[in-house]
Amino acid sequence: MSLNDLFKQELKVVNLGLKSFHNDLKSQGVTVVQVNWKPKAGGKKNMLNLLSKLNKVKQS
Amino acid sequence: MTLHTSIKRNAYYDSVTLMLLSRELQKLEGVEDVLVGMGTDLNLDLAKDLGLASGEFDTLTPNDLFIAAKIDEAQISMKQVEDAFIEQLNKSAESDGDEDYQPPSLRSAVQALPGANMVLVSVPGQFAAAEVEEALDAGLHVMLFSDNVSVEDELRLKQKAVEKGLLMMGPDCGTAIINGKPLCFANAVRRGRIGVVGASGTGTQEVTVQVHKLGEGLSQVIGTGGRDLKEQIGGLMMIQGFESLIADPETDLIVLISKPPAPLVAEKIYQIAKTSPKPVVIDFIGGDRAAIEAVGAIPCISLEDAAQKAVKALHGEAFDDFTGFSLPEDYINCIVDTSVAKLKSDQTELRALFTGGTLADEAMKVLGVHHEIYSNIPLSPEMAIENLPGGRGHICLDLGEDQFTRGRPHPMIDPQTRTEFFESHVDEKTAVILVDVVLGFGSYLDPAGAVADSVREIRQRLSKQGKDVVVIASVCGTDLDSQDLNKSIESLEAAGIIVLPSNAQAVRLTDRVLQRIKKGA
Amino acid sequence: MIDIIETANKEALEIIQNGQPTLIGLGIAGEVIPGMAKDLFLHAGPPITWEKMSGPLKGGVMAGLMYEGLASTPEEAAEYAASGKLRFDPCHHHDAVGPMAGIVTSRMPVWIIENKAYGNRAYCTLNEGLGKVLRMGAYGPEVIKHLQWMERVLYPVLKETIEIHGPIDLKIMIAQAVQMGDEVHNRNKAATSLLIREIAPSILKTSFSNEDKIAVLEFLNSNDHTFLNLSMPAAKATLEPAGKVKHSTIVYTMARNGTEFGIRVAGLGKRWFTAPAEIIDGLYFPGFSMEDANPDVGDSCITETLGIGGFSMATAPAIVQFVGGTPKDAVRYTTSMYEITTEESRAYKLPPMNFRGSPTGIDIRKVIETQVLPVINTGIAHKEAGVGQVGAGIVHPPMACFEQALEAFVNLLEDEGLLED
Repeated sequence: MSLNDLFKQELKVVNLGLKSFHNDLKSQGVTVVQVNWKPKAGGKKNMLNLLSKLNKVKQS
Repeated sequence: MTLHTSIKRNAYYDSVTLMLLSRELQKLEGVEDVLVGMGTDLNLDLAKDLGLASGEFDTLTPNDLFIAAKIDEAQISMKQVEDAFIEQLNKSAESDGDEDYQPPSLRSAVQALPGANMVLVSVPGQFAAAEVEEALDAGLHVMLFSDNVSVEDELRLKQKAVEKGLLMMGPDCGTAIINGKPLCFANAVRRGRIGVVGASGTGTQEVTVQVHKLGEGLSQVIGTGGRDLKEQIGGLMMIQGFESLIADPETDLIVLISKPPAPLVAEKIYQIAKTSPKPVVIDFIGGDRAAIEAVGAIPCISLEDAAQKAVKALHGEAFDDFTGFSLPEDYINCIVDTSVAKLKSDQTELRALFTGGTLADEAMKVLGVHHEIYSNIPLSPEMAIENLPGGRGHICLDLGEDQFTRGRPHPMIDPQTRTEFFESHVDEKTAVILVDVVLGFGSYLDPAGAVADSVREIRQRLSKQGKDVVVIASVCGTDLDSQDLNKSIESLEAAGIIVLPSNAQAVRLTDRVLQRIKKGA
Repeated sequence: MIDIIETANKEALEIIQNGQPTLIGLGIAGEVIPGMAKDLFLHAGPPITWEKMSGPLKGGVMAGLMYEGLASTPEEAAEYAASGKLRFDPCHHHDAVGPMAGIVTSRMPVWIIENKAYGNRAYCTLNEGLGKVLRMGAYGPEVIKHLQWMERVLYPVLKETIEIHGPIDLKIMIAQAVQMGDEVHNRNKAATSLLIREIAPSILKTSFSNEDKIAVLEFLNSNDHTFLNLSMPAAKATLEPAGKVKHSTIVYTMARNGTEFGIRVAGLGKRWFTAPAEIIDGLYFPGFSMEDANPDVGDSCITETLGIGGFSMATAPAIVQFVGGTPKDAVRYTTSMYEITTEESRAYKLPPMNFRGSPTGIDIRKVIETQVLPVINTGIAHKEAGVGQVGAGIVHPPMACFEQALEAFVNLLEDEGLLED
């Protein structure tokens, strides 16, 4: 969906981060979902590494 | 004083919440110093710098919360600090009250929101790029508020975005208004026919606010992030935004705002402007006038000027550089006279304290012509604030810069930083104080009130030495902003602050006053 | 194209969804539980030694020894337990589950549940009721007396009752109960009521005296949690066959022994992944606080493992009073469990979730990626043997269990050469 298409649509926002941005959008009647964001896998590098290894599992 | 550390595992809170919490805990009797943060590398370094780190930090991950405090155990216990922390958290939780479900990831949010088309990312920089990538892969437009994202990541992500015809506004993009909806830091302005693509947050805000004041409106306001027009990025978003506005049937005129781009990038933009069927106003703050005119675009000398020319061009009216004031010249002279008359002969210095980076920049460019201004955004390296001889001289600071926002909220969100600078940097040698007051979404509840309070405190302090000070301000806001433009102006004027209708005019008045002081000396 | 893990997980979920847990009768532990012996005591949670056991478990063991006649005083019992003459093994290793301390000894009567879809069975003792009970680690004379009454009166009556009535489909009963405000872990009132209603006529038809029948009915009726000791083995019987699916990342066991929390993952077979059990931050009965609490204990989170219990909290709003929340919180908890599970239950539909099936099939990858931990509604035991329940609240397994499991899983796949370079 290109930029000019976006201009014709209703804005529907996913907010990752500061809650105040979500609240401001909500107060303007914008459809917005606040993500209860945490760093993926808690930001732990070894876990991220393990998860990405599993993305490369052989096909059945 | 003893150092205590509390750790809460697997407990995530956003940076602003935690910083405001730090501030509240700091107020407790017996707490000398306290830092609340997530266990990111950035925060661990900050804790070390503040002397709040300890061996307990070794087990911290970015997913853990720490409270590190130096306390006087005779007055308070660490348990009480922790209890206060929970109390504060609950206070903010209570105000949330009847909350909707918050999915734990972008992926589940997109599943929960069919038709989602924009992702707003303000998570810590080290995690932001991965989230943006996932959003773009899912075909969503992105506004990236976070900074501390590498140039390499920015380039890669913007290339992906352009390939897919998606927006990737940022990193460090604070202002956008898409389909009439303000995003992050933006003002409530009327919808209209002028489209803006801006690489500068408060610069964009000032232009939109001035356009609104002149009775016109905005179709789309696209941010690009501060680095977009550097050579490595090549103006990818500016170009994409520019082209989309040319194609947009709701846009009749386009304004481009940025600091001067890298020459190759400027050239690309000029070529697009050359063939644009719609008028293009280009404010490359301090940029190459001749080159802009050569491609049939309209150059500007200030953000206000850009707005005025845009409105006039939209109406098909003739226009000139706006170099003066809205008030008649003799009014201005009168203001300058009475201002200077308030000062004693040893009051000669400027203290310009800005919350908006581009507004500070605009001030530097004008004031730096006739005066030696030391700054954290100096016009040349010798004028860096660190070089200021014994603290005596003109100072202009961008308080939103990284060095002032480590572990503290941005001054537009929380006036505390500027309040402290009013206290520390304004003294008996200060002649003029110049400030910006930025209203709108994202900004503090009553920025004008906070400035007025500080100014009253300053006047009280200086009156003890039989002195007064000249304070000049502009308000970047509209009648539609929640903080109310008119109330804000009243609030400032009640504290004896001279309020001008734009940053450019406030800067120009400051220049006049400083020049008059110089002459008198 | 679908990868090995997805295929395995689909298979595991199919097994779980197809489960048909059915109450087929009662028996004596020593006679029906595989591998049971006079010198073997079963307990809740992952493997543990006497030395490491917390108050409730030790108390339960001591009560068990006195009940079995292997000791006549608590002091003798403690000595006996430490002597090495007694073996300990998790209930889970013997197709069994036990709430709280979960101590099972040879003489104890047990419910027998059969998963009609796969033929495997699961066992659980009968719930003792509230107050001073063995599962909370109480070992006084009244505890032993009550256990003896259960063996001599409750068990024979119920055994004949089920013989007369015939097998009872527990899947349907649980499905009904979760639409009546139960989540069948901490809230069992409706399910217990359904059970009593179902078997009451058959109790009356048994050959026992009126006195005994009345005593049995009154006892069942006095204890809202009678059904817990059926929902637990029902969940166990449903999940156990899934534990054999190679290369699956689905969790088929969660359990605590009062010292450690342990999980087992289908693709990792019978291996336990353990970490210190947490102290529950919940609502404490007047006079008690977190300082009095024993760390998390019991096999009862086998219900959450299946997607009922705390996972279905949305459907049991009365529970939230114990956890200091609101009904909206309950909905939020259940909603977040969908983030870490694989499918929605075909059997257990939750009205407040627009009749969505409960979140089923915990995937360790999703837990680690989202950092959302399974939510468990639990009772809190006093750390000293025999004092009893001191509160209730919400608890989570330690993330470390899932991290260890993920690491082991990746290593296994690497060793089998199943990861692309």
